[in-house]
Amino acid sequence: MKKYIAFFIVGFLFGILLIVSEVASWFRIYEMFQFKSFHMYGVIGSAVLVGFALVQLVKRKELKTFDGSSITIKPKEKGITNYLIGGTIFGLGWALAGACPGPMYALLGSGFVSIFVLLFGALLGTFVYGVLKSKLPH
Amino acid sequence: MLNPLPWFIAGPLIAVIMFLLLRLGKTFGMSSNLRTICTMSGAGRFSTFFKTNWRENMWSLVVLIGVVFGGIFAFQVLKVESPQINEDVVNQLKAYGFDSVNSSYLPTELFSLDQILTLKGFALILIAGFLVGFGARYAGGCTSGHAIMGLSNLQRPSLFAVIGFFVGGLIMVHLIFPLIF
Repeated sequence: MKKYIAFFIVGFLFGILLIVSEVASWFRIYEMFQFKSFHMYGVIGSAVLVGFALVQLVKRKELKTFDGSSITIKPKEKGITNYLIGGTIFGLGWALAGACPGPMYALLGSGFVSIFVLLFGALLGTFVYGVLKSKLPH
Repeated sequence: MLNPLPWFIAGPLIAVIMFLLLRLGKTFGMSSNLRTICTMSGAGRFSTFFKTNWRENMWSLVVLIGVVFGGIFAFQVLKVESPQINEDVVNQLKAYGFDSVNSSYLPTELFSLDQILTLKGFALILIAGFLVGFGARYAGGCTSGHAIMGLSNLQRPSLFAVIGFFVGGLIMVHLIFPLIF
């Protein structure tokens, strides 16, 4: 139970962060793809830089989880095709929706009912991928 | 009143979220919840891709619920204001008929109830969601799993995925938007 409270709090803080940093705003995503503002690049770039430093810290200091087990980060499966094609399809949706999955959940609180349709679409897309998976190039 | 949180605060804090999840024994990734919800809804009858034990991903659903409540808190309690974006982009969007720019968090021209009740409005939002869900699973992750977690861990596949994210986004905004708006 204690662990679930921790997961909830982490999610709660992340949700606030996505909204107040405006990375969940369609307008910010549009502005990013027009290369007219540094904001989004700054958020993602500094998250990666600090993230890299923290991952290095975990690996070099052999940091443990809070309950004392070792931390392993599973490497991504090798490949190119599925990452490039899947990534491009995702990008088309990201720009049209102005939101990726994390922000979609956070936007449920915005009062825009359309976000439910957006999430339903995302579930449908996930489902269709699962059904077609064996027929797609990977 | 809090927004926009400057990028040099928001970015590092997102990295801290990822770090906290690592210390909780998990990796950062938001889109896998969509698969879990499909599994819970019985999608395993249609594809073995969904024949997983969703209880193992319970922690991730709890994170998701936290994100939902965080969003509610931000909008209802912190009263976020409308993003103020670059002036050139404002003019460009106004030319497209997006008059809600700088006065709404999301464009009402796409997300308002009136729009979603039109065929075009409904189709655009549904297709947008579909592409995000399909693409994220095809690429094995989304912005959190690849752009943040994967790149932080110097994963080459994540770099390919992120290149794809931007190629797709640029195609949508520069080539497809002029056709649909």
